[in-house]
Amino acid sequence: MTGVDWPHRWAHVSKILTRPGPFAHPDFEACPEMMDFLHDDCKLLIIGAGGLGCELLKDLALLGFRNMDVIDMDTIDLSNLNRQFLFRKKDIGKPKADVAAEYINSRIPGCKVIPHFTKIQDFDSSFYRQFHIVVCGLDSIIARRWINGMLVSLLKYNDDNTVDQSSIIPMVDGGTEGFKGNARVILPGVSACVECTLELYPPQVNFPMCTIAHTPRLPEHCIEYVKVLLWPQEKPFGEGVELDGDDPAHIKWVYDKASERASQYGISGVTYRLTQGVVKRIIPAVASTNAVIAAACATEVFKLATSCCQVLNNYVNFNDTEGIYTYTFEAEKKDNCAACSQIPQHLTFSEDDKLQDVVDHLKESAIYQLKSPGIITTIDGKNKTLFMSTVKCIEDATKSNLKKSLKELGLENGQEIYVADPTTPNSLLFRLQLASKMDD
Amino acid sequence: MITAKTLSKAKRLWGDHGQSALEGAKVCLINATATGTEILKNLILPGVGSFTIIDGKRVSGEDVGNNFFLDQTSIGKSRAQVATELMQELNADVSGDFVDETADNLLDNSPEFFNKFTIVVATSLSEKILLRLASHLWDNEIPLIICRSYGFIGYVRLVVREHTVIESHPDNVHEDLRLDRPFPALVEFCDSFNLDTMNKKEHSHTPWLVIIYKYLEKWKQQHNGESPKNYKEKNQLKETIREGFRKNEDGVPEDEENFDEAIKNVNTALLATKVPTVVEAIFSDSSTNKLHFESKPFWILAQAVKEFVHNEGKGALPLRGSIPDMTADSERYIQLQNVYRQQAKLDVDAVSNYVQNLLESIGRPQDNITEKDIRAFCKNASFLCLLRSRSLEQEYDVSSAKIADIAMHLEDTDDDDLVFYVMLRAVDRFFTEYNRYPGYDMDTVESDIPKLKTCLSKWLQEYGINQNIKDEYVHELCRYGACELHSVAAYIGGAAAQEVIKVITSQFVPINNTYIYNGMKQTSLTVEL
Ligand SMILES: [Zn+2]
Repeated sequence: MTGVDWPHRWAHVSKILTRPGPFAHPDFEACPEMMDFLHDDCKLLIIGAGGLGCELLKDLALLGFRNMDVIDMDTIDLSNLNRQFLFRKKDIGKPKADVAAEYINSRIPGCKVIPHFTKIQDFDSSFYRQFHIVVCGLDSIIARRWINGMLVSLLKYNDDNTVDQSSIIPMVDGGTEGFKGNARVILPGVSACVECTLELYPPQVNFPMCTIAHTPRLPEHCIEYVKVLLWPQEKPFGEGVELDGDDPAHIKWVYDKASERASQYGISGVTYRLTQGVVKRIIPAVASTNAVIAAACATEVFKLATSCCQVLNNYVNFNDTEGIYTYTFEAEKKDNCAACSQIPQHLTFSEDDKLQDVVDHLKESAIYQLKSPGIITTIDGKNKTLFMSTVKCIEDATKSNLKKSLKELGLENGQEIYVADPTTPNSLLFRLQLASKMDD
Repeated sequence: MITAKTLSKAKRLWGDHGQSALEGAKVCLINATATGTEILKNLILPGVGSFTIIDGKRVSGEDVGNNFFLDQTSIGKSRAQVATELMQELNADVSGDFVDETADNLLDNSPEFFNKFTIVVATSLSEKILLRLASHLWDNEIPLIICRSYGFIGYVRLVVREHTVIESHPDNVHEDLRLDRPFPALVEFCDSFNLDTMNKKEHSHTPWLVIIYKYLEKWKQQHNGESPKNYKEKNQLKETIREGFRKNEDGVPEDEENFDEAIKNVNTALLATKVPTVVEAIFSDSSTNKLHFESKPFWILAQAVKEFVHNEGKGALPLRGSIPDMTADSERYIQLQNVYRQQAKLDVDAVSNYVQNLLESIGRPQDNITEKDIRAFCKNASFLCLLRSRSLEQEYDVSSAKIADIAMHLEDTDDDDLVFYVMLRAVDRFFTEYNRYPGYDMDTVESDIPKLKTCLSKWLQEYGINQNIKDEYVHELCRYGACELHSVAAYIGGAAAQEVIKVITSQFVPINNTYIYNGMKQTSLTVEL
C-alpha cells in the first residue's frame, strides 16, 4: 500500500477482483494482490487528452490504475470546454496533456499521470515497449494507424512463426462522431488490427478549430470558417436564423465568403457544391458519446489488466440517435494485412505505367489509403529515392520521376520497393510484379 | 471579434432552439452516486439550466473511491452538498443547489417539491420508494429516468407519459422527390430541357433527377401512362437510360456521371410517395382529432397537416423541399433546388392557413404557432414521432406486466441480456426481504447465493414465468455485491444523459422504455416493459 488510501476506498472495485466469477477469464485468480498490481505495476499509455482522453484518465484512475502516461500535442482551446471537463477558462492555451495530468493527480490521490506535450512520432519503440496496454482516444486516423504500426512492429515471433505472447501490447481504441461511436480491442498479431479493417474508418471530416481559425489549407477549412465563425457573428439573414443547408441563398452567402477567405490564403477549389456538402455535414463532438465510448474502453482495459472478465471480442458500434443501439461483432484479421500479416505485399503494374500511377494506387486503394507515400528502392546495390513529397528539397529533386515509366526508372519484375508514409512508423515492403506490354 | 459565447455555442447537434430548451431546463438528481454525478456532468457541460441534488446520505470512504465529484476531505459531510459544490465548478453558467434530505422524506412531507422539474433522474432508490416516486411524477406528468450500475450491468428506464418529437434527425432517409407524382413546377422545369439538342457539356451536367423524369415520361407514353412496377420493368427503364449516354465518334459511350447516377437512383426515385404508418397513427390519435384550448402545438400542427394531406396534398404530406447532392452545373442545380423549395413554401403556406383556422376555432391567438414552427413541422412531417411509455406501475403489476415478452426473451438465456433485468428484479426482492444487497459483505457471498436463488424463483413464480435461469447469473450477481464500477457508471452516465437531452429538447428519439447494458460482452438491449 502506498499510504494514500483511506478505509474502504477500493470497496467497489475489490468486490470484482477478490471474488471468483463464472464469466471471468480462465486465468483469473481472485485475490487482493490484484489491486496492488493495478496500483503499483500496471503501466498504461493514453494517447489523446481531448474529449475521450479526459474521460479515459478519470475512468481508469477511479478503477485503480495509477501509472499512466498521456500524450497530446494540442493546447486547450475555448471550444473544448463544453465537453473536456478537466479544463477551465484559465487553462486556455496550455498543453492539454499537462493540465489533464495535473488535474487527475490532484483529484485522485496516488495517481501518477505523466504528461507528454508532443507528437506520438517523437517517441521510438523503446518508449512504447514499456507499457502493458495502450489506449487511444484520438480523432486522427493517421495517428491511430501509426500507433497500430508501432505496436505491430514490437511483436516478436517464435521459431515456429507464432507470435511470442510476451511481446503483445494490447491496444484499446475508441472513436466518436456526434451520437455515433465505436470501441475495439486489438491484440496485435492475434486479432484484427487497424489496417485489417481500414474500410471501417470513414474518411476524416472534422477539422480542428485552430486550423479553421488560423491556418486554413483546404477549401473545406475556408467553408468551415464561414459556417462556424462568421455565420453566428454576422447574422446575414437576421438574428436567430440558423444556417440551412437547403437554402440556396444561405449557401450562396457562405460560398461567397469562403471564396473570399480562400483567395486571401491562395487556396483554390471552393465551389458551390463543396460548400453545400460541408455545410450539411455538421458533426460536432458530444460529451455524452465521449463518456460512453471512453467508459467502454476503460472497462476493457480493466478486464485486460486483471482477467476479471472475458474481453470484448473485438468491436462494438454505438449510436443513440434513435433509441440506443449497439452492435458487437468480431472484426476479422486479414490474412494478407499490410501491417500485421508478415506476408509480403505485391504491386502489379505494367512497365509502361508511370511512377505517378503507383503513388496514386497507394493513396486511393481501399486497403492502403496512404497519405503521402515516399518510394525508395535499391538499384545496383544503392538505395535510391524515387519519390518523396514530405521533404521539400527531395520533392523538388524527385518530382520529375512521377512522369517516367517504371521501365525508364530501371525497375524490374520482382524488384523490392520500400514505401514510407505518415500512417506507419516503419516503411512497408512491396514486391513489384511488372508485366511488359508483350505479356498481356 | 469572435466572442467566447459565439464559439462555445457554434456547434450543437440540437441547434440553437434545442440549446435554449436545454438552458431553460431544471434537472433533479436523486442521490449523488457515481452513476448520478456522471449523468449530471454530461448535462452540466453542454449547459443545462439548473440542477438540484436530493440526497440524505453522508459521504463514505467507498463513495469517494468511485465518484469523481467527491473528494477525501468530504468524508462524513452531506453528499448532496459536496457533489453540488464540485459539480458547480464544471460550468459557471449552470446554477446548482441541493437538498440534504432523502427522497422518501420529501415524498412524505412535500411531494409537490418535485413538480417544478423538467425531468427527474433517480439512482439508488429501493423498489418501494421508486414506485411511490414514479406514481407521483406520472400523475404530475413529469418525466422520470431511472438509472443503475450494478457490477458490469447497467440499466436505464425512461418513464414519460407523452413525448412528441418533430425533429427526430433520422440517419438514413429516402429523399422526397415526387418523381412518381411530379408537381407542376417540376414538370415545367424538366420540360424546359431537351436532352437531344444540348451541347456535350450541358448533357453531362444535367441533374439526374431531370434525366429520370425524362425517361420515365417516355416510358409512361409507351405503357399506357403506367410507371415501371416491378424489378424487371425498372431494369428495362435503366437500360433505356443507359442507351442515352452520349457516344463519341467511335460509338463508345462518354463518361457521364450524371447518367450513372440516374441509373443508380431509379429504384429509390420510383418509390411511391406515401404517408408513413407512424404519421398516420398520429393523424388518427384522439389528441389530433379533439383539439382544445390547451392542446400542444404538436397536435394542432398534426391536424393542420392532416387537413392539407386530405385536400391540397391529394394524399401526400407537404413537400420536404430539399434535394440530394448530384452532378450538375451550379446554375441548374440551384434552379432545381429552388423549384423544390418554392413548392415546399407553397405547401407551408397552405398548412399555415389550416393552422390559423384551427387556432381560431379553439380560441387561441394567431401568433401561438410561428411560421418557423410550421416550416420545421412540414419539413419533418415524415419523421414525426410519438412516445407514450408505460408507467412503472404497469410494468411491476402482475396483471399488466409484459410477462409473455419476458418469457420469450428468456428462451435463449445465452445471448439475451434481458436475463439481467430479471436478475436485478430478484436482487431488489432480496433487498426488500433482507434490507441489504446480496454479497454486499465478503463473508456473506457464499451464503447469499442460495437466498438470491430463492428470491429469483419466487419472482419468476409470481409472474408465472417458467423459463429457467442458469445458476451462473445468480453467482455473478452475488459477486457484484451492489458494487458500482466507475466505468460502468460512466457508460450509463453518458447514455442516460443523452436520453435526458432528448426529452428536454424534443429532438431525436428516446428509448422505449428500458435499456440494459451488459459490460461483460459490450452488448445491450432495448425492450418495452
Ligand atoms: Zn492487420
